[in-house]
Amino acid sequence: MTDTPPPGARNATPPAGAARPSGQEGGAPGSEQKLWIERIPAGWWALAIVLLFMPAVANNFWLFQVFGWTFILGMIALSLMFLAGYGGMVSLIQMSVAAMGGYMVAILGPSGVETISLGLPWWLNIPLAILIAAVFATLVGALAVRTEGIYTIMITLAIASAFFYFTRQNYGIFNGYTGFNLVVPPMLFGVDWRQPVAFYYLSLGLAVLCYAAVVYVSRTPFGLALQGVRDNPRRMAALGFNVTAHRIAAYTFAGAIAAIGGILLVWQNSQIAPGTAGLPAVFDILVIAVVGGLRRPSGAFIGALIYVLLRTFSPDVLTAFELSNERFKLLIGLGFLVVVFFSPDGMLGLYDRWKANRGRRDPLTGKERE
Amino acid sequence: MRDFIAKRPVWSAIIALVLAVLLWLVLAPWTEAMEEAFGRKRVFLNAIFSGITLGALYFLVAAGFTLIFGLMRNVNLAHGSLYLLGGYLGFEVVERTGYWLLAFPVVFIVIAALGLLLQHQVFRRMEGEELRQTMVTIGLSIVLADIMLWIWGGQSYTILLPDWLSGPMTLPIHSGYDRSGDVAYLRYPLVRIAILVAAIVIGVAMWFTLNKSRLGMLIRAGVDDREMLTATGIRIQYVFLAVFGFGAGMAGIAGIVGGSFQSLSPGEDTRFLLASLVVVIVGGMGSIPGAAIGALVIGLADQVGLVYAPTYSVVFTFLIMAVVLAFRPQGLLGR
Repeated sequence: MTDTPPPGARNATPPAGAARPSGQEGGAPGSEQKLWIERIPAGWWALAIVLLFMPAVANNFWLFQVFGWTFILGMIALSLMFLAGYGGMVSLIQMSVAAMGGYMVAILGPSGVETISLGLPWWLNIPLAILIAAVFATLVGALAVRTEGIYTIMITLAIASAFFYFTRQNYGIFNGYTGFNLVVPPMLFGVDWRQPVAFYYLSLGLAVLCYAAVVYVSRTPFGLALQGVRDNPRRMAALGFNVTAHRIAAYTFAGAIAAIGGILLVWQNSQIAPGTAGLPAVFDILVIAVVGGLRRPSGAFIGALIYVLLRTFSPDVLTAFELSNERFKLLIGLGFLVVVFFSPDGMLGLYDRWKANRGRRDPLTGKERE
Repeated sequence: MRDFIAKRPVWSAIIALVLAVLLWLVLAPWTEAMEEAFGRKRVFLNAIFSGITLGALYFLVAAGFTLIFGLMRNVNLAHGSLYLLGGYLGFEVVERTGYWLLAFPVVFIVIAALGLLLQHQVFRRMEGEELRQTMVTIGLSIVLADIMLWIWGGQSYTILLPDWLSGPMTLPIHSGYDRSGDVAYLRYPLVRIAILVAAIVIGVAMWFTLNKSRLGMLIRAGVDDREMLTATGIRIQYVFLAVFGFGAGMAGIAGIVGGSFQSLSPGEDTRFLLASLVVVIVGGMGSIPGAAIGALVIGLADQVGLVYAPTYSVVFTFLIMAVVLAFRPQGLLGR
């Protein structure tokens, strides 16, 4: 295993400041041949240790509500980041795909609505749910890739709201307005996965898995071709790549990730209803992904953490300012506006600029940085 | 039109046939067998007429949306919020003064001013960055929705109609037979007819402005090639301002109309945003006649679906959009 970059990856990396993910995270360029494990920077090790030992210090509320929710929303936002960052397609359908996965788990597996739920065993209903959600994402993708840029946003938004209204009106399959309750994770290995600590590790594990999958796929020939399609579809088509197929496949992959997030979301709330994928939730995913930054997969989780913290603690802050604690949406909306105004590439962009500034200033003190 | 017939004779024939059948269904008295097969004629007529009225309302909302999009390539996802805000403001004006007609100029001016502010302070700063503009409008719609929820609360409002617009009117359309066997004519709320007429008048006026006036010429030139128009010395920012103000004002007026014959509540903003999106996708972005056709099709599908397949009326709307996207991604009249 050499450290030579995959063909085209670094050469295609745009200059700093352009809103393009580089697809290279963690690997220090230009170093000697090292084991892959040595190339992971120290910050990541520290983060891993903090996350692994979190249950030792944090209470159940933090583990279950704050971090569990962060990982779930992060996964759904990650699927959007994959499409937008690597594929150049801003899709608002990801929350609906996640809800589709959640609904399928509730419909195929056991739930409180026994007239509809089929009660299949977990090893059958979870893969089926992910599969169906991925198929749904693929179908939407097949429609959406016929368009570009803002048209994609409009069309996926329209489909997302159609999904919301359909689930609300359909009582035969989706149980209409009420949705499904008592959807709980299976008792696997004798562990109740809805207990805070177990759920924390479950969501953490799946989030890491999804993160790794996105990073891995972004470096495979498929991921590189997808980034090529993002940068110049016509050139890629001329090179013999099937542009449409790459884009649709990206929707399928992102759909599977969103579905995993959706299933966890249902388990966390133990219920699902049309409002889970209502337009506010759909926009929230976009807000999370954009606030975090669409350049790299980690942005999705940063955005999710900020969103969850705001959402959880803004009532306290608002009460302190003697405002009704229902105004958190105003706060989130204003925060989103500020980020879009001043740092279109989100928190990651802020961090990158801060780092670049530091790198520029240091030669004055005579210290070599880069 | 003539071009279309010459280029696509088969499609023209199919469209003409469908229109003729529809017209015949509306005008001719139904036989017993037909009433048995399709249900009562009055139900059908009501569905068709509410569909057309709803289409008129959708057109009022979507016309501004499509115009703004066509000229500035800016998807204003806060358009639904402008609609709802216009409705609430109209409600307040009618409550305080009692004059229904007064609400229209007031709301138009206020919402248009808000639109001008948006265009001048927000969108001008990020010209050409479509994605960023779209996200800003999403942020704005979140903020506006919450502010409106703050001020007007969660209950639903209906704007009181003036006396001369309330009550039904009789249309010279055969709707069935009454008990004594006489021919009964369709009775339909007057306000909906008024909305329909107003939408047609506004649509025709917009068409004339776009096609026959200097401002319209500038707008059309801007839609075709913005840079070239700027290069000829036109201050395109003023054209942008005019169009954005007008589009926003139209959304506000549509809010009064919608609040008068339906109701206003939180969530209506996204409903009408969705409607405008679908109408514009179906009709073609940036085309006023396209918006009219799209609005009519979506309104009809919505209401006819509501009567004959209540659960799936939303799906009809969506199916139409999917079919249009699959076969004509640029919309029916898009270029």
